[in-house]
Amino acid sequence: MATVSALPDIQYAIHRVEPVMGTVVSIGVCDAAAPGQAIDDAVAWLHEVDDRFSPFREESEVSRLSRGELAEADASRDMRHVLDLCDALAADSDGAFDARRHRTDGGLDPSGIVKGWSVDEAAFILDAAGVRRFAINAGGDVVVRGEPSPGRGWRIGVRHPNDPLAVAAVLELRRGAVATSGGYERGTHITDPRSGRAPAGLLAVTVIGPTLAYADAYATAAFVMGLPGLAWVARHARYGALGITDDGRVLWSEEIDALRVA
Amino acid sequence: MFPKRGAIAAALTAAGLALLFSFKTPERVVTLARVATGAGSSSTTGTDTSTGATATPAPSASPSPSATASASSTATANGTVTGPVVETQYGHVQVAVTFSNGAIRDIQALQLPSDRMRSAEISSYAGPILRQEALQAQSAQIDLVSGATYTSSGYEQSLQAVLDQVRA
Repeated sequence: MATVSALPDIQYAIHRVEPVMGTVVSIGVCDAAAPGQAIDDAVAWLHEVDDRFSPFREESEVSRLSRGELAEADASRDMRHVLDLCDALAADSDGAFDARRHRTDGGLDPSGIVKGWSVDEAAFILDAAGVRRFAINAGGDVVVRGEPSPGRGWRIGVRHPNDPLAVAAVLELRRGAVATSGGYERGTHITDPRSGRAPAGLLAVTVIGPTLAYADAYATAAFVMGLPGLAWVARHARYGALGITDDGRVLWSEEIDALRVA
Repeated sequence: MFPKRGAIAAALTAAGLALLFSFKTPERVVTLARVATGAGSSSTTGTDTSTGATATPAPSASPSPSATASASSTATANGTVTGPVVETQYGHVQVAVTFSNGAIRDIQALQLPSDRMRSAEISSYAGPILRQEALQAQSAQIDLVSGATYTSSGYEQSLQAVLDQVRA
């Protein structure tokens, strides 16, 4: 019987649990003197992104782009940046990640990169305010900085695909991002944009790396690719992948080796 | 004779490589069968299923007819064994297998096709080597959980929600 518990040696100075972007974002800050305003600013930023980039809001910038009411050239800088990222990732992944072919109606949906990118930016807001020891968990996709307790990094459990209350691995990081794509959460089905079919071979893929924007997109693309996707992720400098196969194995690339503590 | 664990790892890795190569080119499967057995010959043998040109596992570890180079050594409990260069439709493939205490520790690609666009795609999938173990539910102390994106209601059932409650 596996038991997962919280490490007893940390107490957050500031702890926010915020429903936003269709999920819940948990922010834990360990710095005793962290300015509360910075955390407020980071949360406000995430709500702003939700308003502007949600394909489910009729008047969002994404929806107006998708309907052709707004030309890409006239879109905001943030939007053009996100679309550039999407296009680069579609080319890099041979279409396994494709924001322009993601929806069945052919509409634009950059959601696959917006969350990761916006959480990176939220972390930059905290960085700029001098916050040094914090973790942000946006619906299962994580960004961390510093040591939550002297001498150790943040210990991040990789959810077990068959049990929401167990983990299949634990990774320890002092700086960087951890993103997971999988087929086990309700209402979040990933299909191959090239075939429209559900991916086979992997139950979940977890990607670590410097930014959540890329880690999240790589995890989505690798999940779609199946087993070869793990090696594809590992080709990118400083990114690593851990996959859980549908025949009960955990596979990981070299970059993960140094971070794996369980 | 290698311990069972090494043999299993090698067998799975061979299957993995076969899968990697068949990803873009299902008509051609390269298997590294000799590594999986581990005993006897130390030569890595490539089998080209698309042409039927089989590099037969030879007791003397002699290179296959298609191999252009071979640096074989005695299969020992420790050390690195270099396989022959196997010609494939897309270029040359050669791997080195590192053993430690009789178990396979690493398999590295020394040569992979890269001269053409399609070859580059294959190389990109086959290059990095993956480690593996059986999936199990772990007992652990953690700060956060990474998992497939949950909805607001999915959060209520998540381990992250439990961790947030503990820290509240």
